[in-house]
Amino acid sequence: MPENLFKVNIEEYMLPGQRACQGCGLSLAYRYVLKALRENTIVTFPACCLTVLHGLYPTTSVAIPALNCTFASTAASASGLVAGLNALNRTDITVVAIAGDGGTFDMGIQALSGAAERGTDFIYVCYDNEGYMNTGTQRSSATPMGALTSTTPVLTKQQPKKDMLRIMEAHDLPYLSTTSSAYPIDLYDKFVKAKRIKGSRYMQIAVPCPPGWGYAPKDTVRIGRLAVETGIVILFEIEDGKFRFTGRSKTLAEKGNKLPVINYVERQGRFRKMSIEQLRQLQRWVDTRWNEYLKRAEG
Amino acid sequence: MATPAVGEAGKTGDWRDMRPVCDHSKCIPSIKKKAACFLCWLYCPEGVIKATIPLEIDLEYCKGCGICAEECPGKAITMVNEGEKNG
Amino acid sequence: MAEVQIMTGNQAAALGAKLSHVQVVAAYPITPQTSVTEMLSQFIESGELKAEYIRVESEHSALAVCISASTVGARVFTSTSSQGLLYMHEQIHWAAGARLPIVMCCINRGVGAPWTIFNDQQDSIAQRDTGWIQIYCRDNQEIIDSIIQAYRIAESIYVPVMICYDGFVMSHTMMPVEIPDAEAVSDFLPPYKPHTILSPEAPMNINPVLFPWRRANSEGVLCDGYMEMRYKLQKSLDESRDVIISTSRQFAGAFGRDHGGMLWQYKADDAEIILVGMGSLASEATAAAGMLRAEGIRAGVVGIRVFRPFPKEDVRAAFRKTKAICVFEKAISYGYEGALCSEIKAAFYGTELRLPIHNYICGLGGRDVKARELAEAVQSSLDAIAAGDTEPMPKWLNCFTE
Repeated sequence: MPENLFKVNIEEYMLPGQRACQGCGLSLAYRYVLKALRENTIVTFPACCLTVLHGLYPTTSVAIPALNCTFASTAASASGLVAGLNALNRTDITVVAIAGDGGTFDMGIQALSGAAERGTDFIYVCYDNEGYMNTGTQRSSATPMGALTSTTPVLTKQQPKKDMLRIMEAHDLPYLSTTSSAYPIDLYDKFVKAKRIKGSRYMQIAVPCPPGWGYAPKDTVRIGRLAVETGIVILFEIEDGKFRFTGRSKTLAEKGNKLPVINYVERQGRFRKMSIEQLRQLQRWVDTRWNEYLKRAEG
Repeated sequence: MATPAVGEAGKTGDWRDMRPVCDHSKCIPSIKKKAACFLCWLYCPEGVIKATIPLEIDLEYCKGCGICAEECPGKAITMVNEGEKNG
Repeated sequence: MAEVQIMTGNQAAALGAKLSHVQVVAAYPITPQTSVTEMLSQFIESGELKAEYIRVESEHSALAVCISASTVGARVFTSTSSQGLLYMHEQIHWAAGARLPIVMCCINRGVGAPWTIFNDQQDSIAQRDTGWIQIYCRDNQEIIDSIIQAYRIAESIYVPVMICYDGFVMSHTMMPVEIPDAEAVSDFLPPYKPHTILSPEAPMNINPVLFPWRRANSEGVLCDGYMEMRYKLQKSLDESRDVIISTSRQFAGAFGRDHGGMLWQYKADDAEIILVGMGSLASEATAAAGMLRAEGIRAGVVGIRVFRPFPKEDVRAAFRKTKAICVFEKAISYGYEGALCSEIKAAFYGTELRLPIHNYICGLGGRDVKARELAEAVQSSLDAIAAGDTEPMPKWLNCFTE
């Protein structure tokens, strides 16, 4: 384990005293995203938790060049950075778009699909905390079924989580991966790999959110781990169409002992009104998906 | 435009109601006297833990989330109420 | 020897962008802008213009691409009309606030609902509060010339410029255009230097959130709050008048054509009544003025070329001696009156000028506006004034209003 840690770039690009919540899953993940990408990177992001983390003028908490943009336009902003840098022959810089699930699954989907379809040479990162958390935990299409949010405060979210990964897979990308705040080394490795690949790369990070999900900040890593242990989040990568499990998910796929989803759900306040039927549906969805991926890994 | 600096949100140590206290006699790197474990450094969302022997936590900016205490395999870190003595 | 070709307004626009050596083009097709987009694709794919062409999936993205490309230092261009302009409205505000020297053509077309594909100026008039410079062209020569001038203006004061011209009336109508010499254009346009460098060498966060108040940086130096930044945009727009006029003069010196700076006048010196308009409507008004003069009425025309920044001084000077004004416009600020009319009236506030100002809404959704109709409207205004009618409501020209 220590060998894995010590290969990690020790530079901290995210400076202490930033504005993210206590125990923020994004904060944890972003540390490693930046460590992997290093200095020759420009990030662009919309109004979201990350904007707040980057900080308010005239000081920023992140020592990487960064460009804010409007909520719907993250991937378009990245497309413009790539085009402008190409026109100026600055092809040594990695352009990274990074948005939450709101700016990716919902309002940002058009620009993302457009940029990916054009084969734009950039990395698109979606940090998925399963709701519009920056504005106070309203539901997004990434919110799981059965979750309470401020816009599904009584009946819970009725629809299952939008399968953004399949949508992005349909764009024939050279590289697509899932990662988790709870597994920073797996995340770091994938971002190091992605940086070297050309074309549109999609990275979705499963990011637990203490205030949004209703658990104590100290449990961010534990909740993130349980998501993987139960198969709700699967750590994998698809490189040139070839699927492979990674990290803890790989071990689970080999040993076949994932936990029932109740272990994950019962620890979060947002699921306290989840019905038995919704819980069964969630378990079915997880199992079906898990089996599909198992078959893909074999083939 | 905005330039990078520490403390954009002020001294975020002010946010805490509990702070981490490390019992170095239980801290695995301290025990082994070499680089080992350091999961607290790995999992700190703020990056305010220094992977040194003995462990150093920057209390000016530590928000007191408690992840380090939760994840420490040696149970070396405990969260103590601010205003109370260590341990 | 200068090359004169017969070309459409859209061809003139595409050539203007090409001559200005734009480096990034992002555009989405919409009637009647489409052929600008197609021609630029042709120039770029054939290698005639060395630029990145991003075939974006929407107008909102088109301007988003221009914004970030301009931020890193590329000279950018886009064009759109009507619904497309409205779709990018959020980005239009953003570009001005971000102080980016973007040049965009708006090929004027009416807005829905209900649908129209034909010309009026509601689309660009509705953007007047955003902080862009707006220039309305009266012929295709002015389009190509104004685009070139626009880059020089924009890049010296870091304010984006919208070049507006009437859809179909100009975009698809052929007129003789003298093509400026490519080398002379390169001499006229110094290279673009972005105001803030976005680069790993000195990492910065561009366009972050600002507090309402001024705030000290890490060295204790008090920096702008949101309101100061916005004030700076307004200040630049106030100061842009001088830059627009001097650029216009320098262009005239280098290329031999002067389109008038902030506004142009036709037989206005001795006019007892002046017709005002923007774009092709103002050109049409010159024919109307000719008709009226033939009937013994001393009519003149003032064509507002630059609508933003509003040329208050120039307007006060132009109308100093006349007895009445008829403002013809292809747009209306619903719930009140034509925006151009309001602003002309407001320009006289604080002066001693008190004269009848009549507002005519015309040509919405592409309804044809004939010089004869303009002349008759002027005649009816004169009749109303003679009858003592001091404040007639805006009249809708050639529209069934019963």
